Amino acid sequence: MKRIVLLSLSIALVFAVLPLFLGDFYINLGSQIMIAAVFALSFNLLVGYAGLTSLGHAAFLGLAAYLSAWLTTRAGLGHGSAALLSIAGTIGVAGLFGLIALRASGLSFLMITLALSQVLWGLAYRWVAVTNGDNGMTRLTRPQPFGISIDSAISFYWFALIVTLVAFLLIAIFVRSSFGNSVTGTRDQDRRMSALGYDVWMIRWITFIYAGFWAGIAGLLYVYYNKYIHPTSLSITTSAEGILGVIAGGSGTLVGPIVGAALVTFLKNYVSSILDRWNMLLGFVFLIIVLIMPDGIVPGVCKLWALVQRGRK
Amino acid sequence: MNPSDNVLALETVNLCKHFGGLPVTQDVSIKVRSGERRLLLGPNGAGKTTLFNLITGDRLADSGQIKLFGEDITKLAMHKRAHRGMSRTYQIITLFPHDTLERNVALGLLALRRSRWDIFLPMPQDIRDEARRVLDLVGLEHLGDRPISVIAYGEKRRVEIAMALAQKPKVLLLDEPLAGLSSMERADIKALIASIPRATSIVMIEHDMDTALDIAETITLLHYGKVIVDGTREEVVADQRAREVYLGH
Amino acid sequence: MQFWIIQSLNSLALGALLFLLASGFSLIFGLMRIANLTHGAFFMLGAYFGATALRSYGSYGWMNLWVAAVAGGLGVAVIGGILERLVLRRLSDKTLGQVLVTLGISFVISDACLVIWGGDPIPVSTPAALRAPTFLFGYAFPSYRLVLVALALLAAIALYALLEWTRIGAMIRAGVDDMQMARAIGIRISRLFTAVFCLGAGIAGMGGVLGGPILSAYPGLDGDMLPLALIVVILGGVGSLIGAFVGAFVIGFIYTFGSAFFPDLAYVILFLPMIIVIAFRPQGLFGRQTA
Repeated sequence: MKRIVLLSLSIALVFAVLPLFLGDFYINLGSQIMIAAVFALSFNLLVGYAGLTSLGHAAFLGLAAYLSAWLTTRAGLGHGSAALLSIAGTIGVAGLFGLIALRASGLSFLMITLALSQVLWGLAYRWVAVTNGDNGMTRLTRPQPFGISIDSAISFYWFALIVTLVAFLLIAIFVRSSFGNSVTGTRDQDRRMSALGYDVWMIRWITFIYAGFWAGIAGLLYVYYNKYIHPTSLSITTSAEGILGVIAGGSGTLVGPIVGAALVTFLKNYVSSILDRWNMLLGFVFLIIVLIMPDGIVPGVCKLWALVQRGRK
Repeated sequence: MNPSDNVLALETVNLCKHFGGLPVTQDVSIKVRSGERRLLLGPNGAGKTTLFNLITGDRLADSGQIKLFGEDITKLAMHKRAHRGMSRTYQIITLFPHDTLERNVALGLLALRRSRWDIFLPMPQDIRDEARRVLDLVGLEHLGDRPISVIAYGEKRRVEIAMALAQKPKVLLLDEPLAGLSSMERADIKALIASIPRATSIVMIEHDMDTALDIAETITLLHYGKVIVDGTREEVVADQRAREVYLGH
Repeated sequence: MQFWIIQSLNSLALGALLFLLASGFSLIFGLMRIANLTHGAFFMLGAYFGATALRSYGSYGWMNLWVAAVAGGLGVAVIGGILERLVLRRLSDKTLGQVLVTLGISFVISDACLVIWGGDPIPVSTPAALRAPTFLFGYAFPSYRLVLVALALLAAIALYALLEWTRIGAMIRAGVDDMQMARAIGIRISRLFTAVFCLGAGIAGMGGVLGGPILSAYPGLDGDMLPLALIVVILGGVGSLIGAFVGAFVIGFIYTFGSAFFPDLAYVILFLPMIIVIAFRPQGLFGRQTA
């Protein structure tokens, strides 16, 4: 564990210094990558560690974002209390959704999570009085943690970097803890785990809520960064981007989702600037990853390389 | 040392289970005394594993009772039964393939500890030490750091039993512990089972009659989900009905 | 009273469309254990095919909505077959992979539709013969919706007949019950899979065309229909034809009346029956118990 802390701190230091040499476009890209990374890390808790494939994780990202937006603009709360309440609300809904979805398993679980997140999406879309529907909520503000403004690209970047680092470390601790061991146990042999004396349902429910918590944190970062929120944040496309990041990087590891999230964010930004066909590309990338490199890019590239080497002989 | 006559470690009373329209367990009543070595015998499809599943809570019985040391556990959730002192092994290997032998046994130990809810600290060192000790008991300590996927089948069987034994169960259910093993491996496992202290009562399902009869003191013979014969080894072996079940009508 | 009739007919019509959508999904899931997330896109594709067919060939005498429905259904069935053979076949046993692939393809199809047909909804006109309402007991009943319900009933009966009375139906049921056994007794599983996938896709496509007069063809139709199909299947139970039928009409009613009374909260209204069913019968009303 000490190694992980030292390594991540040093990498974070490198990334902290980088923006001093780059323009705003890259700094903003960096911020977006970090938001995606936190989301992917949270998603991976479910998919990679608990073996629970959900397609509705964006619900928690979007919910926290909308709650924060609404509480600061319509309820007149300060960012501090708004953030606390948003996360509390997200955890509550995560608990509720978990109660419902965990009544099933496998594909049924997946379908229920999808349906549940669509319910939230539909709510955001139709309840125009509260959410402003398809127009989204605009002119939102960023908080001022400890009185420091994070309005500039670089200051937000550092803010996001700190949050991402903390998220990574806490999730790493969680995954390596005794409880974390039981989580992967339920992924591999849930019947055996029950027979041994583990309360598998409770383990899954707690993990579901914890994953929802970090997705909520990602949601707060998201709404602070964009200063705007739209129902798409709750959509299946957002969940799909998240899960793509997880599987592209390699699920079940700590670093995989970060790499995957970075890749997906890069792709999204570059494609959006050239064509308008992000959705189509997203779909194709899914196909490619699943068909050719199901374990993720890093192991997949290694395998391809080995194939090429063998072909040469 | 004889099994103590007064304490019933495990008892089932008229246990019944249907799958769809098919009766799989019919009015099964057995009594296992503390310290006993009971063999559950019967041809394929007799309902032996189903009975195990009902006892451990993998499946809920349709009717009847299950008592563990006098306590009614019929409706108790599966994971709670482990905390009452019940452990089992499975017919197919159900180990954690990506983990090391030490981690596998450690998971079994962690299951009964408070620290399994700890979301900050990693697995306590004393659990890992204990896991090593248990692996040593079954002669596998030297493979402790290897992943399950690379060890031999016979060794996996031993880890299965080690995982169950690590919890120091009061009632141990062994589902075909000798399946798929060579005769030398069988001898090892038999010796291992024989060395289990009397504080643990054992109920074992086995097909290999000769080997199993060596370990068993009492036998319950099942056929089509019903108890046909129930008694000491000598009684059952001599019983006409047992011969019929195994040699055909 | 007229209000109740209109809303009820709307509910029944939506239920009919949802049945066409969900029955295919349920069949595919029940037999192939694939949660086909492309299903909404199949529906939308059918709608676009039908709309285009009517637009391009509408002037010909033989072209009408019913012909377009058959053509649309066939077209989508073919696409479904290609998808199954080329992509899904390679991922047998990898359930997560299959789901993600169908998700990816749904994105590709929906974006492709946007490119080909543009962002504006394409209306599909109701067949001339059915434009005038039918008058019964002094009240006006929208004719097309009545016909739609009848068609859904017909489709349900046809599917039921297929499953219960034909050899291929028996093979499907065997496969749903016990895949290994079915293989062992010689059922050509791979051909069956393709056939069933095509059938499911085709019915969805046909549903898209038949839904045209009510919904039109528009980008996002897939995203609107898929969650409804999922909720129907969750409610009714996967793999169950009766479940799809009952679930479709239950959802049709709840959604339509919910939208009429609480337009902002229509989706949330669907939430409630879903939770109730999952709380008490997680396998759905007619699904098979797995434990």
